[in-house]
Amino acid sequence: MLPDPNSLAGPLDPAPEAGWSAAPPRMGFFTDTSVCIGCKACEVACKEWNDVPTSGLDLLGMSYDNTGALTANSWRHVAFVEQPRPAGHRTPPFAGNPTGGTTSPSSAAVGATTADPVGTEPGVPTGSPEAAARMSAGPEFLGMPGAQPPGRATGAESRSDFRWLMMSDVCKHCTHAACLDVCPTGSLFRTEFGTVVVQEDICNGCGYCISACPYGVIDQRKDDGRAWKCTLCYDRIGAGKTPACAQACPTESIQYGPLEELRERAAARVATLHERGVPEARLYGHDSNDGVGGDGAFFLLLDEPEVYGLPPDPVVTTRDLPKMWKRAGVAALVMAAAAVAAFVGGSS
Amino acid sequence: MSSEHPPVGDRFRRFRDGVAAGRDGGAVESAPGGGAATPAGRAGPDDRGWSPGSRRGGRGGEELRVPEAEFVSYYGRPVLKPPVWHWDIAAYLFTGGLAAGSALLAAGGQLTGRPALRQAGRVTALAAVSASTYFLIHDLGRPARFHRMLRVAKLTSPMSMGTWILAAFGPAAGVAAVAEAAPLLPERGVLGLARRVLPPVGHVAGLAAAATAPALATYTGVLLADTAVPSWHEAYPDLPVLFAGSALASGAGVGLLAAPAAQAGPARRMAVAGAALELTAAHRVETRLGLVSEPYHIGRPGLLMRAARVLTAAGAVGAVVGRRSRAVSALAGAALLAGSVAARFGVFYAGVASARDPKYTVVPQRERVERQREAATRSGD
Ligand code: SF4
Ligand code: SF4
Repeated sequence: MLPDPNSLAGPLDPAPEAGWSAAPPRMGFFTDTSVCIGCKACEVACKEWNDVPTSGLDLLGMSYDNTGALTANSWRHVAFVEQPRPAGHRTPPFAGNPTGGTTSPSSAAVGATTADPVGTEPGVPTGSPEAAARMSAGPEFLGMPGAQPPGRATGAESRSDFRWLMMSDVCKHCTHAACLDVCPTGSLFRTEFGTVVVQEDICNGCGYCISACPYGVIDQRKDDGRAWKCTLCYDRIGAGKTPACAQACPTESIQYGPLEELRERAAARVATLHERGVPEARLYGHDSNDGVGGDGAFFLLLDEPEVYGLPPDPVVTTRDLPKMWKRAGVAALVMAAAAVAAFVGGSS
Repeated sequence: MSSEHPPVGDRFRRFRDGVAAGRDGGAVESAPGGGAATPAGRAGPDDRGWSPGSRRGGRGGEELRVPEAEFVSYYGRPVLKPPVWHWDIAAYLFTGGLAAGSALLAAGGQLTGRPALRQAGRVTALAAVSASTYFLIHDLGRPARFHRMLRVAKLTSPMSMGTWILAAFGPAAGVAAVAEAAPLLPERGVLGLARRVLPPVGHVAGLAAAATAPALATYTGVLLADTAVPSWHEAYPDLPVLFAGSALASGAGVGLLAAPAAQAGPARRMAVAGAALELTAAHRVETRLGLVSEPYHIGRPGLLMRAARVLTAAGAVGAVVGRRSRAVSALAGAALLAGSVAARFGVFYAGVASARDPKYTVVPQRERVERQREAATRSGD
């Protein structure tokens, strides 16, 4: 049943493992956030091509990010990190230097409570005001995004140093995808390109994948009940085309191609950036020895992953599944033994 | 787009009002949830239900203060998607366990000649397994597509395994319960034949149900643990034991409620064993996991876990001391059942709370990364 010793965790080529013979090379995304300009063309192109419903129009008080998060109705999400600290390229290396917050405590706290009642209403997942306030730093309230960068409008005394980080987030198409592993209907499947896709005609909306994804990507569409996420444009890449977001990206921040090639390109890009004095550039999700066996969609980041809302060290939950079944087996035996003992031991 | 979606600009207005209120009241000291300001800037247990912000339960209670963790997140938003499961999944956990516990009780009663235990056990098992199937299907985003679960059997999906366990247990429990109706049938004719055939069939079915019962009670621990939800996943060694104990205790509770003192002996011993398992496992979950144990202590999940502890312990004690009193036994049985309900809801909502606060995702992972980094530099030297 489980042929490859790495079938639950560790480096692996997922398409042959899933039973594809003569699979094409694994395809993926490399998202280089150092050139992202936050135009959101990827978000728009994705919605257009994949016919994704609207996420609602609103202002969230999170810099220029009014999408909020990856959800059932947002398969690309551009994150904006706005911080009162020296701009990116002069930022000292992370080591020993705590990362600043992204906004003032009060606006963060309030922003978190403007989220919708239950978890994953398209657009905004519920945040925790305390957590929001805790993570923020810097005394000034940045206010709603205006036409000018915040802090510039009201005179020199209110000016401060800023950095803006922008990052287009997407489903990671994990080598070991927890969503796929736990799906009880077989709706989620591994394509010949090594990507992970939901078949909407099979999904019954059990929601298991949503709790299983270590990145919080896949989500239930509320008025529909089923789970939705990025397909890495399965229809387009099957026809030899580039996914809509990568096609639309004006700065080539989103690059699409064979994963091997992308990994080489990414390593070269990091080296270049380090040479040019951007020591904080680092790759995320490129390592096939990480907790999910490497991501099919990986990133170049300019700060720690959690600054962008990414988990610092995600692990596929099914890595521990054999141990879990073992514990359940032991518990079941103990339970049976206790029941037997209750009836045979004792006189009454 | 869903019809209940708030009108455009609603969130922004809430945000603006919130900021205005916050400015008057001083920095973080106001965090209105949906317009209604809550005291002292804490998001109270408002209409959002089990918000991780509802920390007040932990304040007055015990002194478990994990030092306030320093961490960074993206505007305080959760890294994970909180489970989209509703309370029906917590109810499913309870009814599934109750069905398993009662089926074991019934089989024991059947084999040792205690008809009261057998009857009560079989009837409860059928009722509980029907309820749990209802809850399971009702919670689906597309209930009409329930049968899609039956197109695959996947070892890596505890929900798939659970569906098959339920598919084996349910019919067996059903036949066993129906067999209890045999004495009500007329003695002659076709129904008379049924009257004679049913009891042996019921015996086989009852044993089959009891054989699958431990799997039904414990797989749910894996169901919760096999997720990215921090407080569930990290508790994986203990959740199946907790649920097994809770199932035994609730099954015993049924026996104590239904059986006369002469037949209730095994139910008493089962109550003590179940309560011991449940309390030990719960204690481990609440203390062993560091930061991700915290959601089991604070807020409403914490309250539920404490209630579960008190009720289960009281039920076990009552089961032992009440061996002569039908009333005390019945009270003990009710306490055990209530304790089991509280434990399931407590565990369920503690997990939900842990997924909603990015702290529980980021901090343990960050610590892991730092440890690895340290180890790497040390071995590099
Ligand atoms: S990021 Fe989440 S949704 Fe995407 S493949 Fe990995 S586990 Fe599945
Ligand atoms: S919600 Fe759909 S895709 Fe997700 S695990 Fe359930 S059946 Fe599979």
